Amino acid sequence: MTSDDKAPRKITYREAVREAIREALQKDERVFLMGEDVGRYGGCFAVSKGLLAEFGPERIRDTPLSESGFVGAGIGAALGGMRPIVEVMTVNFSLLAADQIINNASLYLYMSGGQFNVPIVIRMATGGGRQLAAQHSRSLEGWYAHIPGIKVLSPATIEDARGMLWTALEDPDPVLIFENSGLYNMEGTLAPDAGPVDIDRAYVRREGKDLTILTHSASLFKSLDAAEILARQGIDVEVIDLRTLRPLDERTFLTSIARTHRALIVDEGWRSGGISAEIAARIMEGVFYELDAPVQRLCSVEAPMPYAKHMEDAVLPQTDKIVDLVRKMVGADG
Amino acid sequence: MTTQRKGKKKAATVDRDHALHLLHAMIRIRRLEEKCAELYSAMKIRGFLHLYDGEEAVAVGVLQALTPDDAVVATYREHAHALTRGVGAGSILAEMYGKQEGCSRGRGGSMHLFDGKTRFYGGNAIVGGGLPIAVGLALADKMQQKGRVTCCFFGEGAVAEGEFHESLNLAALWQLPVLFVCENNLYAMGTALKLEHAVQDIARKAASYDVASAAVDGMDVLAVEAAAKTAAEAIRSSGTPYFLECRTYRFRAHSMYDPELYREKVEVAEWKKRCPIANFIAKMKGVGILSDGDVAAIEAEVAQEIGEAVAFAEACTWEPLEDLTRFVYSERRER
Ligand SMILES: Cc1ncc(C[n+]2csc(CCOP(=O)(O)OP(=O)(O)O)c2C)c(N)n1
Repeated sequence: MTSDDKAPRKITYREAVREAIREALQKDERVFLMGEDVGRYGGCFAVSKGLLAEFGPERIRDTPLSESGFVGAGIGAALGGMRPIVEVMTVNFSLLAADQIINNASLYLYMSGGQFNVPIVIRMATGGGRQLAAQHSRSLEGWYAHIPGIKVLSPATIEDARGMLWTALEDPDPVLIFENSGLYNMEGTLAPDAGPVDIDRAYVRREGKDLTILTHSASLFKSLDAAEILARQGIDVEVIDLRTLRPLDERTFLTSIARTHRALIVDEGWRSGGISAEIAARIMEGVFYELDAPVQRLCSVEAPMPYAKHMEDAVLPQTDKIVDLVRKMVGADG
Repeated sequence: MTTQRKGKKKAATVDRDHALHLLHAMIRIRRLEEKCAELYSAMKIRGFLHLYDGEEAVAVGVLQALTPDDAVVATYREHAHALTRGVGAGSILAEMYGKQEGCSRGRGGSMHLFDGKTRFYGGNAIVGGGLPIAVGLALADKMQQKGRVTCCFFGEGAVAEGEFHESLNLAALWQLPVLFVCENNLYAMGTALKLEHAVQDIARKAASYDVASAAVDGMDVLAVEAAAKTAAEAIRSSGTPYFLECRTYRFRAHSMYDPELYREKVEVAEWKKRCPIANFIAKMKGVGILSDGDVAAIEAEVAQEIGEAVAFAEACTWEPLEDLTRFVYSERRER
């Protein structure tokens, strides 16, 4: 090892996911990756590029276009002793496999009275912001977080992109990992020894005392940007990265809100019946008497995702909207 | 390569012990389910209850071809499969009672029988939902070079679902050791085969995926057994899937809720003349293999077993409510 190997490396989110998959394939014979175009094509987001050459077609398995079939086959393979990583191109197409995820994966352990667990990891891209219009821009991780029996991860950072997969594979239960497609090109630094991270806890990504923002995935960075702008205006915002949407680590955010007394939830999903509604309710249940202001939410506008850039920008939560809302909540605008 | 054999008639050659075994297995199913219907009327069993009367030759014949190492995936009409596979009658009944000693700890009921010891993977009430699971179990076996077979039961109704087509394509594409068993009883709830399928020859659909396929008289246990053995041998030697259509009929309504408005009583009566149990007895007696005494002895044995199973289920206990959310997730992370 040269001394350079100890320095933090520059790496993209995409490469971090790829490294995590590669490591899993190396560590455990039972791990294999399957999905549409994961092999020859290199993954529709180029996540698995190069892995076919390294691990061969048995373990980097191109599937036909049959989401229900191959997600179900992943569930069966997990029941049969393997540790499949199943890639569904995007959450939009996972709806064709929703039956397998919701009616099979999440239920086997319970319906069998604890006899059959399903150690599958299902990865999919999520989110809007790339002008792909309504059928390619959905953020449905909150929907999946509604389902008991599965775990729902939403890695925002490079560390989490690198580290959540192995922990998910070690988990005996089905785990869904949502990778925001807007993050794949994000570059960051990673410790050379970066490895598995926990998937049970939310993290405070920025400390502050005036208000807590609860967010996850791509909205984390918009929230952190907003917090910087607000700091220059004398407003000190704490930013919590939820990381796991089911089960929710409410202790971390309730503790924070008990200190800051204000909470804003930023989520790319919709408000009505969304994960933000769940979080808001838990805040009421948990720390209502600590609140100095009503809990607020900044979610996507309740419309299908439009194609035009200015319209799409207007649908998604954005940094300036976060800044405005926080200012209102702390009474900075009079 | 695709093969299609239709009802290839072999002279039934069967030794006495085996004939007794097959008859015993079919009578157990019939009597257990009669008891289920009775317990249902007595409100001891609730929920949906789908019975298998008339189809016994299918479960019994097919499961002769499996080893204890193989896996079985079934539907909501799965009492027969579970029982024949080796799940105890007591544990099945206790499950229907909703007791914690039931094979799914009272969490599954009639439609969700599971048993790890016999590799019995359910108990799936989503029509077609079990097929991809079976494909995956076979994939795991293939990747681990286990040389096992996964047997998947489903009705002809499931053949209209996308999952049937996705699963056959995958199994054929990846050459997976799955035995697909279609229990074609001509009705999906109240919808007749001809109202549901543009192509009513189900085996042809399988053949179109290059899956070796055969159709067999599902009312004849020896024919089913022979066809299943041929199928299982083909799967074991080639590693590729096989599709077996068993042409059968259910004598009862779809479930205990079904008023059966969709078919004529005469049609049911005609099919009842082909009862797999009565006809097997007649045939075996005809060739001098079985006697009335044998049948009476089996009936007595089965009556005793089922009596004991009911007593067991009655005596079983309720899962404590503190455990209501147990098994939503596994209890520990392991590796
Ligand atoms: C996906 C799905 N759609 C509808 C139903 C309701 N349903 C239960 S059984 C059944 C008919 C199935 O018929 P078939 O597959 O032929 O099996 P059989 O009951 O004849 O054994 C239907 C429509 C269901 N359980 N799952």
